[in-house]
Amino acid sequence: MYAQSVLTALIAWPAIAAVVVLAAPERWAKHIALAASLLEFAISVPLWWVFQPAGGMQLQLDVPWIPSWGIHYTVGVDGISLFMVLLTTFLVPLSILGSYNYITTRERAFYALMLVLTSGMIGVFVSLDLFLFYVMWDVMLIPMYFIIGVWGGQNRLYAALKFFVYTFFGSLLMLVAILTLVYLVAQRTGVYSFSYVHLMSNIGALGTVAFWLFGAFFLAFAIKVPMFPFHTWLPDAHVEAPTAGSVLLAAVLLKMGTYGFLRFALPFFPQVALHPAVQAAIVTLSLIGIVYGGLVAMAQPDFKKLIAYSSVAHLGFVMLGIWALTLQSVQGALMVMINHGISTGALFFLVGMLYERRHSRLIEAFGGIAKVVPLFAAVLTIVSLSSIGLPATNGFVGEFLVLLGAFRTYPIAAGVATTGVIVAAMYLLPALQRVIYNPLDKPENAQLADLSPRELAVLLPLVACIVWIGVYPTPFLRRMEPSAQRFIESVRPAAPAAAAR
Amino acid sequence: MNVDLSTLDLSRPGDLLIALAPELVLTTTALLVLIVVAWRHRTPQDLRLAGWVTLAGLGAAGLAAWFLWWQAAHAPGIAAMIAVDDFRFVADWLFLGTAGLTVLVSFEYLEREALLVPEYFALLLFATLGMMLMAGAQDLMVLFLGLELMSVAVYVLAGINRRSAAAAEAALKYFLLGAFASGFLLYGIALVYGATATTNLTLIGVQVATLGLQHNTMLLIGLGLLLVGFGFKVAAVPFHMWAPDVYDGSPTPVTGYMATAVKAAAFAALFRVLGEAFDAVPAWHAVVWWLAVATMVVGNLIALAQRTLKRMLAYSSIAHAGYLLVAVAVGTAVGSAAFLFYLVAYTLMTLAAFALLAAKGTDGERDVSIDDLAGLAQRRPWLAFALAVCMLSLLGIPGTAGFIGKWYILVAATATGQGLLAAVLVLASVISAGYYLPVIMAMYMQPEPSEQAHAGMRLGRLGAAVVAASVAGLLFFGVRPNRLLDIARTSGASVRAAPAVSSDAPPAPREPTGR
Repeated sequence: MYAQSVLTALIAWPAIAAVVVLAAPERWAKHIALAASLLEFAISVPLWWVFQPAGGMQLQLDVPWIPSWGIHYTVGVDGISLFMVLLTTFLVPLSILGSYNYITTRERAFYALMLVLTSGMIGVFVSLDLFLFYVMWDVMLIPMYFIIGVWGGQNRLYAALKFFVYTFFGSLLMLVAILTLVYLVAQRTGVYSFSYVHLMSNIGALGTVAFWLFGAFFLAFAIKVPMFPFHTWLPDAHVEAPTAGSVLLAAVLLKMGTYGFLRFALPFFPQVALHPAVQAAIVTLSLIGIVYGGLVAMAQPDFKKLIAYSSVAHLGFVMLGIWALTLQSVQGALMVMINHGISTGALFFLVGMLYERRHSRLIEAFGGIAKVVPLFAAVLTIVSLSSIGLPATNGFVGEFLVLLGAFRTYPIAAGVATTGVIVAAMYLLPALQRVIYNPLDKPENAQLADLSPRELAVLLPLVACIVWIGVYPTPFLRRMEPSAQRFIESVRPAAPAAAAR
Repeated sequence: MNVDLSTLDLSRPGDLLIALAPELVLTTTALLVLIVVAWRHRTPQDLRLAGWVTLAGLGAAGLAAWFLWWQAAHAPGIAAMIAVDDFRFVADWLFLGTAGLTVLVSFEYLEREALLVPEYFALLLFATLGMMLMAGAQDLMVLFLGLELMSVAVYVLAGINRRSAAAAEAALKYFLLGAFASGFLLYGIALVYGATATTNLTLIGVQVATLGLQHNTMLLIGLGLLLVGFGFKVAAVPFHMWAPDVYDGSPTPVTGYMATAVKAAAFAALFRVLGEAFDAVPAWHAVVWWLAVATMVVGNLIALAQRTLKRMLAYSSIAHAGYLLVAVAVGTAVGSAAFLFYLVAYTLMTLAAFALLAAKGTDGERDVSIDDLAGLAQRRPWLAFALAVCMLSLLGIPGTAGFIGKWYILVAATATGQGLLAAVLVLASVISAGYYLPVIMAMYMQPEPSEQAHAGMRLGRLGAAVVAASVAGLLFFGVRPNRLLDIARTSGASVRAAPAVSSDAPPAPREPTGR
């Protein structure tokens, strides 16, 4: 019972709760939303134990949707999507709790949109039908567009439109690629179906058209990741979005891009992905992302923008890890995906809390506040260190595995990427110093309130995860290993064919 | 009289009457309305009376069309003047439904604008009749008669507000350019007749194939002139110049009707002509391909620059004509199925958008800018929601019928190897985000300029019902399009060349089948 319905429940429950929130009185909205998202998390927690690491794609449910067109509602998880689902359900309640004071207008609409967004995010990660996947991919665009556009900062309209148009552009090209792919497979097998499993097992060699199809998928996912040079929407969207929007954008929405590479782009088109020119281009773009993202972050006066650019760098590690195609690097990439969600999510929460107190996000507006808000300073320090990748924090585990794995495939690239870790220290530590250490020279900072119990409730689970994954990542690695292995095998066997090209 | 409707013999009067039942019902109603309004045309009650009679007639005609469809009416052999197939019946429903929704929206609009002209409804009926003849025409002469019947009625409808200079300009412009286009069409018919010695669509197809006229100059010129004529009617770039001014100047419900039903009728006829008569002539594929690309790109780009809502919607309808042209370009069977589905979605979203626009403004709604909608979501949340759904559907976001329609056209395009056309379509759709989203942004993300900004916005009960029904339809077909997809597919398959011709024609594209 649980196994069949849990994923559907995870998709449906937030949508139902959103309707309840809309119908409820305004002042109850946030409490209902929080309760609903906590229940959502509670539904998802048993997945951790129910999930069989060696079981491949599991907890599947397959219901015909538009059967005459080969469209089914098919959902399932494996070791790749499991963590994305858990990350989502874990962060949504925190985001809602973190918005309690930040969102003061049109609360019902805001929390309803947050819940609809949750449905869409879960849907993207568990869809095993390409039509369903596309629908979810676009559906979650709308709530985020509204969250940025209605509750965002000064320049929110521009940021929201840019976010929408960039993603929409990529997704529509992906739609054309999906349809072409389905048609090509249907020509060969006589079965017109959007089923992921059917497509994977019948895709065969596609010839040159594979390059075009891969290009379309690549564009859609690369914009979402975002890879350099498709990242320009990200700083705008992050800076303008309200805290909860930034958190989910960084922690979950960006992962959809890398997830798309892991689930679709590489397994579908291994001969393209392994083509030397494509490999070189993507590894180079990842490295540029790592180094350039870090360098730009260094120059940011705005703390939120700094974190936004640091995302570009972190996601560069993920892309490098995926493309290196070794077990360590892929596991590392998955770990970075999780860790970036936790650490960067926490950083956005912390900046949001500063902003609520001082209505400024500029680094130079602060200084020496460790004396005034010691708890805040302690949490910020831990989170920053984890984002840099200090050993014994979660950040270290992911990036170390990526570098270790990538070194076997691309030694030079791994060497360059290592500097990215140093760059991370060079932008985050000075920022940390200027915000919480240094002399307390601004009188308005002397009266800052320290973390409230509600804020601690938001941050402590994240800090706990930072330490847990940093010290004992084995449960995570064990659950993702078979899936990572299967991913590599789905791409690698095509290697001789690619070499013959 | 023959009871089995699947073997109608159109040379027998009784069977012909059965085959023409929807048209006959509608003609009777139109004449009835004319008689009624000859005596009663002074008060709003008279207006309402004429409107309800019209609605009853539309309903009866729809019932007749449904009965024929349900009985799988069919006329075997080479059809005479009128086609008896699913494509016609489904297109009829579409025209009748559009007309019905337009009537409902018009009640309150006409009263508000003090347009006490009950002939309005008679004209609407005649226009609808013309459309039904166009979609069913199996002969170029019937097609032309239907087109003229529709066009003349719509010219008058465009200028029905005699107090408005803009409406007069719109009507005159529409009439002049429309007459010009009709001339092209008629000359094209004459040349096609000259080349093939027949005006029957099926026979033209047979003649082209048996006499090898694929590269006959006279036939090609005739075909080209036909395409120009249709291009005018569907407002394809570069024959679109009239559309923005005419749409802008006409009363808003009429604009909605023109942007949906008139366009749909011209497309339906175009499908039949190209599919049945010129299936074996390869030349039109390239022409329509370029028309589609130009219409999508230009329509979307110019729409981007519009500030008033009505003109924006006018250009958006040009852009959508481009999407429909993609369905034409990819071929008949799967293309016309996609076309039918898209048209349902497009009609619902466009009519609802125009109905909401009519509620927002007065005096032709020409001055309602997008910024005037600022803050609508706080003041009138349901109206804002409805308009937002329309915009998202026009944009093609999943969950709305507009997406399924666009998806179907893309399926048709990719399944016939027109990947480039599909790519142009989606890129054009991305451009369209630049003008649909600002409407949503204004409503939801900008503050109200003043407390009274939306005080004048009135949507009567009937108008609200139309909008609610349209939005519900958009959302329903966005999630559960199964039945409508099946109907579209079987109807689309009914438009094809006679069997004698199809052996020479390129193989029909594979249709997706269930697993």
